[in-house]
Amino acid sequence: MTSTLKGITLKGSAELVAEFFSFGINSILSPLTPKLKDYLTNVVSQLKDWLFECTVQKLVLVITCLETNEVLERWQFDIECDKSAKESSAPREKSIKTIHDEIRSIIRQVTATVSFLPLLETPCSFDLLVYTDKDLVVPDMWEESGPQIIDQSEEVRLRSFTTSIHKVNSMVAYKRSEAV
Amino acid sequence: MAQFGFENDIHSILKLDMPISNAPMARWQRKASSSNTSALSGLSPGKSTNVSQSSSKTPSKTPGKNKKQTPSKMGGDRFIPTRNSNQMDVASFLLTKENDCLDTNNTAGNSDNQKAWSVSLNGYNIEDAKILHLGGKPLNAPEGYQNNLKVLYSQVATPASAKKTRYISLTPDRILDAPALRNDFYLNLLDWSSRNVLAVALHNTAYLWDASQGDIVQLMKLDREEDYICSLSWTKEGSYLAIGTSDCKVQLWDVENQKRLRSMPSHTARVGSLSWNDHILSSGSRSGHIHHHDVRVADHHIFTLSGHSQEVCGLTWSPDGRYLASGGNDNLVCIWPRVTGGSNGGSNESQSVRAWSEHQGAVKALAWCPWQPNILASGGGTSDRHIRIWNVNSGSCISSIDTQSQISSLCFAPNYKELVSAHGYAHNNVVIWNYPSLTRVAELNGHDDRVLSLTMSPDCSTVATVAGDETIRMWKSFELDPVKKKAKERLVKSTNSVIHHSIR
Repeated sequence: MTSTLKGITLKGSAELVAEFFSFGINSILSPLTPKLKDYLTNVVSQLKDWLFECTVQKLVLVITCLETNEVLERWQFDIECDKSAKESSAPREKSIKTIHDEIRSIIRQVTATVSFLPLLETPCSFDLLVYTDKDLVVPDMWEESGPQIIDQSEEVRLRSFTTSIHKVNSMVAYKRSEAV
Repeated sequence: MAQFGFENDIHSILKLDMPISNAPMARWQRKASSSNTSALSGLSPGKSTNVSQSSSKTPSKTPGKNKKQTPSKMGGDRFIPTRNSNQMDVASFLLTKENDCLDTNNTAGNSDNQKAWSVSLNGYNIEDAKILHLGGKPLNAPEGYQNNLKVLYSQVATPASAKKTRYISLTPDRILDAPALRNDFYLNLLDWSSRNVLAVALHNTAYLWDASQGDIVQLMKLDREEDYICSLSWTKEGSYLAIGTSDCKVQLWDVENQKRLRSMPSHTARVGSLSWNDHILSSGSRSGHIHHHDVRVADHHIFTLSGHSQEVCGLTWSPDGRYLASGGNDNLVCIWPRVTGGSNGGSNESQSVRAWSEHQGAVKALAWCPWQPNILASGGGTSDRHIRIWNVNSGSCISSIDTQSQISSLCFAPNYKELVSAHGYAHNNVVIWNYPSLTRVAELNGHDDRVLSLTMSPDCSTVATVAGDETIRMWKSFELDPVKKKAKERLVKSTNSVIHHSIR
């Protein structure tokens, strides 16, 4: 770990970003049952591979109403990968500490945002969508999906952070409540 | 079997539309076959193809002539284009070529445009990315889940009313015979008590049918054969029954002891309608007068309302006891105030609050909305056929609908917020209406004669109708959905218990 203090490699960056997602999703949806946790770790480990390959563009968490199948919330994390990191394995000049600080502030923002979003009054389900490069081979168990955009939504942009290899912009869109 | 073979032969000979197999060829056939072999086999109609070509012995003498003739023969009155295989090839080539052209145009000119469209529609460019998600079933929240923030920030939820159709039983649940029933539109001979006892008057006898036990009891019988019962009404508690008779009296019966408590004369004509408001019994008579009786005191007749000029056939107090609605054969609907009683029974109480003359026929059907105070539904007779919804406070007619039938009775069904109407001529049925839209939900058919009265069971799941065909029918059409019922119960339970799990 001492070496990573000086800078960050592609592998470290991928792990860090994946960890961020797992924390972020946990703070959006909580508390999770063991079954959901398994599902999440499954997705995140696959995501880590894609982050390492720099083939992932977006991670989207959608919350849909079970009854009407309407998308109520849509958390979108845009990922910009610096593909040049794949060629040169030299670590980047950014300390893990500053990255951690950036991530921490976003997680704080996420938890704060959850409190002012419209209440989810009906039973809901969630789904994780991963936008990948077009040429990626779809692994077993994964399927192609639609973007699941919310019709008539309000959007809130959150802070972004960068590991200097992966840059993540966060944003949440939610269904405008009809009462307003 | 031989004779059948012969018969068949004769049949086949007589049938001119089939080729005769063992006969010599007709001249036209010979001609046609020879011309066919020469060129136009594909174009000629069916006739000539039936002919075996080997049998043509005589070659045509003038082939040129025949060639010209055949197209005119097959042409007839319609145009059949020549479909040459060559031309098909050319056509398909042209078509595909045209498509190619278009495609190249499109991709050249519009690709940027398309990209922009796709980005703005989907939020991403389809060509740049694909969206993946882990397959399998969607993950549901655990059962009994409730958002714990909901406790903190409860909004008044106006649930997105998913309009669901319900099952409506269209056949009677039960049919009872009602012999000697008087088929008189102006009488009110059926009432269902809060103790689940249905009272019905058959000529001069009153019967009680216990709906939960199924027992039938004869409560009373008028002494004189020529007298008959004109109206029945239970008290709110269901322990006393008021009976209006043709000899101008109102009788009060203790049902449990099957004992007559009072006989109250005051009217000058038969008493066709009754309604209770606590200890006040209001009775409507053929004279057009409505009398209030205080059943507790000896001098029972405390008030007279004279707003109708003809028989009062509809009479009902509002659930909150503030207003009395009356309908008469004079086509009037009147709303009367509560009698405060005592010394200051002044002029105000003898004046009707409202008097509506919109109906064109006798108004027997009257019903107050149980969940919306001040809303009254009224229905007119054969010459009117309209249901009208009134706001008593403003005095306005909120809505009206032509039912195409005489309306004999109305009742609100609170389980699904519906209005039920009983009809005489022309359809003799019961109709369930959505309230307040007044759209038809269902029709209950089965009575062979006009339906005279309708009454709702205390649990609001069933209506009973009595008709001129001397039957009483129970229609269990308003039962609450068991799932819904359970959900209702669970909701009540969950508000009591500790709130458990949540997704957030």
